[in-house]
Amino acid sequence: MSWVSACQLDDIEQEGAIRFDHGGRTYAIYRGPDDRVYCTAGLCTHEAVHLADGLVMDFEVECPKHSGAFDYRTGEAIRLPACENLKTYPAEVVDGEVRVAVN
Amino acid sequence: MDAIVIVGAGESGTRAAFALREAGYAGTVTLVGVEPHLPYERPPLSKPENGAVTMKALCSSQALLDAGVTYLHGVGATALDAGRRAVTLSDGRALAYDKLLLATGARPRKLACKGAERALDFRTYDDAKAVLSGVDTSRSVAIIGGGLIGMELAAVLRGKGLAVSVIEAAPKPLGRAVPSHFAARLHSRHSEEGVHFHLGQGVSEIRHNTVLLADGTSVPADVVVAAIGVQPEIALAEAAGLATGNGILTDAFLRTSDPDIFAAGDCVAVEQYGGGHVRFESWRNARAQAETAARNMAGAVEPFAAIPWFWSDQYDLVLQVAGLPQPDHQCVMRALPTGELAFYLDDGRLVAAASLGVGNSLAKDMKLSEMLIAASVRPDPAVLADPGVNLKALLKNAKAA
Repeated sequence: MSWVSACQLDDIEQEGAIRFDHGGRTYAIYRGPDDRVYCTAGLCTHEAVHLADGLVMDFEVECPKHSGAFDYRTGEAIRLPACENLKTYPAEVVDGEVRVAVN
Repeated sequence: MDAIVIVGAGESGTRAAFALREAGYAGTVTLVGVEPHLPYERPPLSKPENGAVTMKALCSSQALLDAGVTYLHGVGATALDAGRRAVTLSDGRALAYDKLLLATGARPRKLACKGAERALDFRTYDDAKAVLSGVDTSRSVAIIGGGLIGMELAAVLRGKGLAVSVIEAAPKPLGRAVPSHFAARLHSRHSEEGVHFHLGQGVSEIRHNTVLLADGTSVPADVVVAAIGVQPEIALAEAAGLATGNGILTDAFLRTSDPDIFAAGDCVAVEQYGGGHVRFESWRNARAQAETAARNMAGAVEPFAAIPWFWSDQYDLVLQVAGLPQPDHQCVMRALPTGELAFYLDDGRLVAAASLGVGNSLAKDMKLSEMLIAASVRPDPAVLADPGVNLKALLKNAKAA
């Protein structure tokens, strides 16, 4: 597992998400209400829409287009029309820097 | 054994089939659809990626199988005998039911002018294929009707480099469902993109390669598309003696005038709190009504109360409208870096919101607005107008109060 530096923790608002593109792929990185960071595949599994544009409430991210929702800690699809789970990746904060293991 | 039959396998009928199972219904479920394909999503048809029509199935055959839903495709329902609780299909079969869901949808309104048969409809996958393959060898397209479908299609066809004319009988496009401020924004964007508008104009005749307008103007058109709205598909219900109007009339529980027959989606005019019946034509409504109707058919008693919502993609812009904005509402605008958000207050209470912005940049704010509407908040208009005030904080305060 190799870690990639994605952004600073302060770049993400609490209960928020940002898009992170790396190696030709797109990811979403979340900062939860617990102040921990999480990383998932960037696109909704229902239609290719960037989840980082969606609303984050508690540990749930909602697709900005069709309101499908996922638990971004586990990637589990929790509301239709999303029915396929999201891939998740390890994420951590080291000295204020967000690192993800996406390779 | 209990049996539910669903007539119509669009977004609403298909969603209902699954929602019945989610509600714990254990009887047989038969879904009847007139189109030959697996149930599919209609919204992408007028928003094709790269200009090519794609069929996005609503579910796989395996998912239907797993849910125990019998899907009869390529057959229509030709008669309904509500007294004997039976539906006759176009292949001659009769299906008995204990409860029936009508999700018959809507069909394109037809032009009445001379040469009307030359105009292509835009409703189904086959329609979309005919239009988009027809334009591949054309230079010019005339779209009759400046509503959401017509304007989405205009944007797509400009993207393919065709000369596009929009002919609209009203003085402005998008006059029916879109707040006038955003309708004007979209209208000017289309003009900037080179769409030719012929407004306040009736069509007198469609000829080979030309649309002739009432004032004598000829609009060049290798392909003509009619997008002048839809009519609810009520023939089956009407012939069976169910109450109909601008749609199949239901009470707030989506039950028709026959207590064993429910209806959902584009075909329904649902009773409103305070009187009257309203018909909604949107993807979200089709799903939300399907879910409520399915739960009620499985034994719940739940009024349909979802906040109306729709979106439209035109060029790189996304329009969203939640609730039903009215001209007499107080409108509060919030300007944002990528677009505008409008809030509509009725006597101080937030009842509707709309936004127009680049891509999904305003989706979060719109979702929060919808939650604020559902929470019946009475916000300070100055706070709504201030882009520095986080709507999520506003919502949390409202919930804490």
